[in-house]
Amino acid sequence: MSGGSYYVPASSKWPALGSAAVGLMMVSLGAVLVHGQGALFMTIGLVAVLAVMWFWFRDVVKESRQGLYDAQMDRSFRWGMGWFIFSEIMFFAAFFGALFYVRTFSLPWLDGEGAKGVASLLWPDFTASWPLLNPPGENVVGPLEVVSPWQLPLVNTIFLISSSITLTISHEALKEGHRATARNWLIGTLALGVCFLIVQGIEYYEAYTHYGITLEAGIYGSTFFLLTGFHGLHVTIGAITLAVLLARLLKGHFTPDDHFAFEAGAWYWHFVDVVWIGLFLFVYVF
Amino acid sequence: MALNQLPKPTPQHSTATAAGGVAEETHDHHDQPPRGALRWLLTTNHKEIGSMYLIFSLTMFFIGGIFALVVRAELFQPGLQLVQPEFFNQMTTMHGLIMVFGAVMPAFVGLANWMVPLQVGAPDMALPRLNNFSFWLLPVAFTLLLSTLLMPGGGPNFGWTFYAPLSTTYGPPSTTFFILSLHIAGISSILGAINIIATILNMRAPGMRMMDMPLFVWTWLITAFLLIAVMPVLAGVITMMLMDINFGTSFFTAAGGGDPVLFQHLFWFFGHPEVYIMILPAFGIVSAIIPTFARKPLFGYASMVYATASIAILSFLVWAHHMFVVGMPLVAELFFMYTTMLIAIPTGVKVFNWIATLFRGSITFETPMLFALAFVVLFTIGGFSGLMLAISPADFQYHDTYFVVAHFHYVLVPGAVFSIMAAVYYWLPKWTGHYADERLGQWHFWTSVIGVNLTFFPMHFSGLAGMPRRIPDYSLQFADFNMVSSLGAFMFGASQLIFVWVIIKCVRGGVKAPAQAWEGAGDLEWTVPSPAPLHTFETPPEFKPTSH
Repeated sequence: MSGGSYYVPASSKWPALGSAAVGLMMVSLGAVLVHGQGALFMTIGLVAVLAVMWFWFRDVVKESRQGLYDAQMDRSFRWGMGWFIFSEIMFFAAFFGALFYVRTFSLPWLDGEGAKGVASLLWPDFTASWPLLNPPGENVVGPLEVVSPWQLPLVNTIFLISSSITLTISHEALKEGHRATARNWLIGTLALGVCFLIVQGIEYYEAYTHYGITLEAGIYGSTFFLLTGFHGLHVTIGAITLAVLLARLLKGHFTPDDHFAFEAGAWYWHFVDVVWIGLFLFVYVF
Repeated sequence: MALNQLPKPTPQHSTATAAGGVAEETHDHHDQPPRGALRWLLTTNHKEIGSMYLIFSLTMFFIGGIFALVVRAELFQPGLQLVQPEFFNQMTTMHGLIMVFGAVMPAFVGLANWMVPLQVGAPDMALPRLNNFSFWLLPVAFTLLLSTLLMPGGGPNFGWTFYAPLSTTYGPPSTTFFILSLHIAGISSILGAINIIATILNMRAPGMRMMDMPLFVWTWLITAFLLIAVMPVLAGVITMMLMDINFGTSFFTAAGGGDPVLFQHLFWFFGHPEVYIMILPAFGIVSAIIPTFARKPLFGYASMVYATASIAILSFLVWAHHMFVVGMPLVAELFFMYTTMLIAIPTGVKVFNWIATLFRGSITFETPMLFALAFVVLFTIGGFSGLMLAISPADFQYHDTYFVVAHFHYVLVPGAVFSIMAAVYYWLPKWTGHYADERLGQWHFWTSVIGVNLTFFPMHFSGLAGMPRRIPDYSLQFADFNMVSSLGAFMFGASQLIFVWVIIKCVRGGVKAPAQAWEGAGDLEWTVPSPAPLHTFETPPEFKPTSH
C-alpha cells in the first residue's frame, strides 16, 4: 500500500449498530435507576455493546491479518490509542481532584478553618479528620474503621506492579520472536490481574461487612468506592484485553515487528497500573 | 503585499486530483455504497459524515432557537403571560444545553470533517468507522435529552450549568436520563476529537509541515486537544452526580462531608475550556476568510498559532472566574482574576492580526466576508465585556445578571454562530458546486446582524441595572429593554429561515463554481473540483509550502 496511494477502510455496519446498542443500554439503565424496571433491556443493551465491539474488532483483526493496513494506518491507530488513554487519565484526574479538594478545603472549612470557615456554623460540633469517620450530618453514619494500606492493598500493589513487569517481559520476548516465552509471561500477567480483582472483591466485602465503609458512609466511602471502583472496572477491561491478546497469540497472530494490538493492550495495562499507584498513595496510605 | 505574491493554485494539483476522482470508479478497495437510508447510516466518508453533522446541527439550532423564543416571548413584557415558571426554567436550561452541545459543537465537528481532510490533503479522516460511530451517537443522545421534557416532573430545569444541589437533591426525576444523554454526547465528542487529532498529526500531505497547515486546521488541532482533556472531566462530574442521586454518595452534600462548591470547580474546569472549544475553530474560519477577501496573506501566521496555543493553555487556569461570588479565599479571587485578564493578550494579538490583514487589502464584501467582519467587531465587544466580568470586585455586581447573558451571547452568537455561517457561505461552493445566492445571503446577513444586536445589546443595560438571569418575571423598569430584546430575538429567529432557504437553493442549483471558487483563496481544498468528488486525494497531493 506504499505505492503513493492511501488505504481507506471500507464502510461497516458495526458503528451504527454500536450507537443503537449504546442508546438501548443507556436508556434502560436510566429506566432501572429511575423507575426500577428494564433490567432485561439493560442486559440486552450491554450484551449488544460487547457483541458490536467483538465483531468490529474482529473485522479490524481480519483486515490487519490480510495485510491491508499500511504504516500510516498503524500510526493512526497509535495516535488514536494514545489520545484515548490521555482522555482516561483526565477522567481519573477529575476524581483525584475531587479527593484533594475535599481533603484540603471542604473539610477544614466545615471545621471553621480560615476566612471561609463560616460553614462551621452549620455543624458547630464537627471536627475535620481524614479518613472522615464522623460526617457532620446527623443522618450520615460514617465508617467504623478504615482499611489498613499495609494488608490487602499492599498485596494488590505488589500484584499490579509485578504484572506490569511480567507484561514487559512478555512484550520483549515477542519482539525477540520467542513466542512460547511471550505466551507464558502473558498468562502470568493475566493471572496477576485476576488475583488483583479477587483481592479487591474480598476487600469490598470486608469494607461493607466489617468496616462500615459504604457508598452512604459520607465522603470517605464516596471517594473510596468512586476511585477504587472505576479503577477496578478499568482493570477488568484491561484483563479482558489481555485475554483476547493471549487468544490471538495462541492462534499465531503477531509478528516481532507488527503487533500493535499487543502494544496498545500493554499501554492500557501500564496506565491502569500507574493509576493504582496514585490510588494506593492517596486513597490508602496518606 | 501585492496581489502577485498570493499563493496560486497550480494546474498540476487540479489534474492530479481530477484523475483521482475518475479513478474512484475503478479503485478496487471501494465497495459500492449501499443505497437509500443505509448509505447514510453506514457511511464512513468524511464528506457525507460532515454533511450529516451540519444538518444535525442546523436542526438542533432551530430546536434550541424555538426554546429561546419561548423564553423571549415570556419576557416580552413583565408578569407571567405564556408559560409556567417551571416550564420557563426547562426552556432556559434546554436552550443552553441544546445550543452548546447540539448546535455549536457538532457544527464545528461537521466543518472539521468536511474541511480538515481537504485542507491537509488526506483521503479521509484517520479512523473513518470511528467517525461514523461518533456521529450516530449524537442523534441517540439528543433524542434522549429532548425526551426528558415529556417525562414526569419535566426535563432539566436547573440551568445549563446544572449546579448541585439544584440538580441533584432538588432536580426532577428525569435528571438521571439527562446525565446519561450527556454521557453519550461526551463519548461522541471524545472519539470525534481523537479522530481529528489523529488526522491532523498523521494524514498531512507529504511536505506539509505543521507550520504550513491552514489556521482552521491548527485551531482544530488545539480544540481537539482541549476536548480530549476536558470532556472526561465532565464525564467524571456527571458520574458523581449520578451516584449522589441514585446511590446515596455525598460528593456534593455537606452533611456527608462533601461540598456543592466542589461541583462548581469540577464543572468549570470542564466548562471554561469548553467555551474555547466553541470559539477556537471560529478563529480558524475567520483566519481563512479574511485573507481570501482582502486578497492578502494572513498577517502574522506564526503569532496566530502561538496565540491559539496560549489561549488553550490559559483556559485551564481561569475556571473559577465563573465562581467569584461563591465564597473563595482572596488569593483564589486574585489568581483567577489575573489569569483571566491575561487571556486578553493572545486574543488581542488575533484581532490585531485580522485588522492588519485587512489593512491596504483589496477588499470585497461577499456574504462570507460580511459575516467574518461582523465576527471581528461583535466578538470583540463580547471580549471586552468578558474583561469587565473578569474584574473580581466588579463581578460581584454583574454576577448572575443579564450583563453575563449579554456577554456570552455576544461571543457565542455573533461569535461562534456567525463564524459557522461565514464558513457555510465560504465553503458551500466547494460542497455543492454552486455559489450561494448572494442577494439572499446579504439579506440574511443584515437581518441577522440587526436582530442579534437588538436582542443582546439592551441586555448589557438591563444587566447593569440589576436584572437577574433565569427568572420568568421582572420589575417594571426593565420592560423597555426586554421588549426590544424580544423583538430582536424574533427578527433573528425569522432571518434564519432565509439561511435555510439559501442552503436548499444552493444545493439544488445556482451559479456554477470553479475549483478555485474565490480568487483570493489559497488552501488545498481549492485545488479539488467543485463540488468536491466523494473521494478526493486518493493519492497524496503534491504540496508546495507557501511562505506564511
